[in-house]
Amino acid sequence: MNAPVKHITAALTTRRQMMVISAAAAGGALLVGCSPADMLAMGADNKHFGPFGPFLRIDADGVVSVVNKHIEFGQGSHAGLAAIVAEELGADWDKIKVVQSAANAKVYANLDQGVQGTGGSSAIHNSWDQLRKVGAATRAMFVSAAAARWKVAADEISVTNGVVAHPSGRSASFADLVADAAKVAPPASPKLKDPKAYTLIGTDRVKRKDSLAKATGTARFTQDVRLPHMLTAMVAHSPRFGGKVKSFDSDAAKKIPGVTDVFEIPTGVAVVAQNTYAARQGRDALKVEWDDAHAEMRSSDAILATYKGLASGKTATTDKLKWQAFDSHGVGVAPGDGKVVEVSYDFPFLAHAPMEPMNCVAETGAGRTKLTSGSQIPTLDQLNTGMIVGVLPGSVEVETLFAGGSFGRRANFKSDYVTECVHIAKHVGGGRPVKLVWTREDDMTGGYYRPMVHHAVKVTLGADGYPAHWHHRVVSQSLMKGSPMGKKGVDETAVEGVLGSPYLRATPVVDAQVILPDSPIPVLWWRSVGATHSAFVMEHTIDQLAHAAGKDPVDYRRTLYTKTGATRRLATLDLAVAKAGINPTAGYTRGVAVHECFGSVVAQIAEVKMEGSVPRVGRVVTAIDCGTAVSPDQIAAQMEGGTCFGLSAALYGQITLKDGVVEEKNFDAYRVLRMSEAPHVETFIVPSTAHPSGVGEPGTPVIGPAVANAILAITGRPTTSLPFVKG
Amino acid sequence: MAATLDINGKPVTVQAAPETPLLWVLRDELGLTGTKYGCGIAQCGACTVHANGAAIRSCQAPIGSLAGVKITTIEGLAGTHPLQAAWVKLDVPQCGYCQSGQIMSAAALLAKTPKPADGDIDAAMSGNICRCGAYQRIRAAIKDAAGVVAA
Repeated sequence: MNAPVKHITAALTTRRQMMVISAAAAGGALLVGCSPADMLAMGADNKHFGPFGPFLRIDADGVVSVVNKHIEFGQGSHAGLAAIVAEELGADWDKIKVVQSAANAKVYANLDQGVQGTGGSSAIHNSWDQLRKVGAATRAMFVSAAAARWKVAADEISVTNGVVAHPSGRSASFADLVADAAKVAPPASPKLKDPKAYTLIGTDRVKRKDSLAKATGTARFTQDVRLPHMLTAMVAHSPRFGGKVKSFDSDAAKKIPGVTDVFEIPTGVAVVAQNTYAARQGRDALKVEWDDAHAEMRSSDAILATYKGLASGKTATTDKLKWQAFDSHGVGVAPGDGKVVEVSYDFPFLAHAPMEPMNCVAETGAGRTKLTSGSQIPTLDQLNTGMIVGVLPGSVEVETLFAGGSFGRRANFKSDYVTECVHIAKHVGGGRPVKLVWTREDDMTGGYYRPMVHHAVKVTLGADGYPAHWHHRVVSQSLMKGSPMGKKGVDETAVEGVLGSPYLRATPVVDAQVILPDSPIPVLWWRSVGATHSAFVMEHTIDQLAHAAGKDPVDYRRTLYTKTGATRRLATLDLAVAKAGINPTAGYTRGVAVHECFGSVVAQIAEVKMEGSVPRVGRVVTAIDCGTAVSPDQIAAQMEGGTCFGLSAALYGQITLKDGVVEEKNFDAYRVLRMSEAPHVETFIVPSTAHPSGVGEPGTPVIGPAVANAILAITGRPTTSLPFVKG
Repeated sequence: MAATLDINGKPVTVQAAPETPLLWVLRDELGLTGTKYGCGIAQCGACTVHANGAAIRSCQAPIGSLAGVKITTIEGLAGTHPLQAAWVKLDVPQCGYCQSGQIMSAAALLAKTPKPADGDIDAAMSGNICRCGAYQRIRAAIKDAAGVVAA
């Protein structure tokens, strides 16, 4: 289900071994036999939690604070996770507060991943049982305290909206009872509520907790951190990936008023200054000569040509660059003489481009190392920082702030911009805080892109019009290979969505292979990871097959889902179709697409019209099955936003290289969706009592193929290259 | 170099060269961090403030050009603007980083056009990027604050 999730844990294995070696060498510490969480937590404070445990504080005045182990960067984790606790506890939702947890892998690990981190659309999925138990156990403690005080049976006591009450008329607030409740031993297996009794979960009462702060400019982001004696740094990076500093001249930079120091770090040349504008001016004045001996010098067109050559067999493979089968069954059976649909697809590099460019505040010295940052995987940031500074990872403090978006960018195995900041702070020394600021240009040209991907597909239909033989080739840089935790075998992040597709399960003969070329261009997961291209390929191909077979695309899917027992896909598609109604908006043509990722299924029906060669998207009817819906309005918000994010990339998104240098440096060239182009998304949730599954990512990959399918219906032409609008 | 600016109804004196963008004076010198840096080239709108009531991009406004100009930032709305209530009512923000700029652009729109049509909203708001894609709710909240029935 969650390829990145599995890989993060696998990744840490190697990384952990490195850490054991380095820590043992540094301090002779005996770490053999430690669990990963134990080792990562070493040096952390594991004891100072209150009577209600690490996830819940109830103050003497009765104020309830839920401790969020996940970052809040737009996806609504503050609201969703707090609602789970509040529901079971019986707290007053309107008064509940959410606070960000410290970094502590032992206590606050993502239970899907084994380290503390947010990703893979897993915040609610992994916390569901954990936080229900926290709420229920605490509720039981208050009930016990009240039963003892009132000398009544515990099962006669109710807890609702922060009021503990008995049918006799006696009642007490959390403030009245908290001192007694704190002395009650929490039950190991507290009784959870029957979902039918929920009064908060699944209702629109679950509102965000941060809207006011974000509407008044008072929400605190890393960019906003101001500390006594803090310095601000910028870094000159190589214009080409893999380039190194050959030499630099800092004379002019040092003359800029406010610039305090200029020095080389592993990723470039750092300019440190009294404020952001001085740092910027200093960096502009810096002269650096770069060594491109190991740099990527190709243009993106040349890279794509190589990919196409590999897929078509014109470019030879090598011992190091070989095809790997990821789904093959029935291979050897002849394709037959049915209709053939042969199509290939090109996907460009994509930048995440969150609104807050990458940044970090670090301070190290005087026995303390602290990061203040929108830290998506605090454990990795601790680990990478500890290795630079030479301290145990658990002793690295991390204050996680709101992050101005991420979309995958901040979940980086190398903690790239974080370690850059740590190197600078270490050089500055003395525990003096340093804020590293990346400009938009740094952010956009700094790599860690959604990889360029090429798919080549050839499908032969059987006599019934359904696929009989499916040949599929994928060419992509690997997200995992080249990282410290690369492993042998297929990188599922490159093929997920093709791998596991019901369309392949329904096809008697499948020959699907992937090849993973290397490049110095750093690549990374980008909201919905493999689905960013696989959903497009599978869903747009299916429409082309339906057209070739002379069948309705919705009916075609229904038949394949029924044949393979893909009942959730079927129900989600049916809900979208029912809610869309019979007729599209006048002047618009519909396209449909369905995809499953992160445990959730999303079906969309997009209404599209062409304005010249530019598709214009109006109404988008969305159905989602994400198991139990904790916060329906936030699920709708993620469908609205995820659709915009996916549409933005499908319409305009592309990072191109010319002779190795990124051409799109800011939003003038890297065009993104704006208000006048935003669709109107209607969201409908499939009723479910199943374990909650992901919401942050599954809304992104479906709109692209839905629009392509509408264009296919309008023009008769498939879309074989993204973005829709080039240049 | 000292310069005097009129920020949120108060005269303030700052030590900065005249070519310094207002954005960095607000954030680094005055601690008014509600106004955000997003692109530095007036393409994203995260740094939007009002200059004599009109929405401008503070990343491209040198302080030397602002003598005698009344500057209002998100802090100057004091949390009491009807747009801010609508933003909370409809849970508009996601990551929230762009929202100060969105609200400042919307406030300038409503000051001139109290009952905006969709086309007015498109025109006034298309300089403000939201990468979370909260556009649908931004539009709804502007209409809510303006008392315009959503289409």
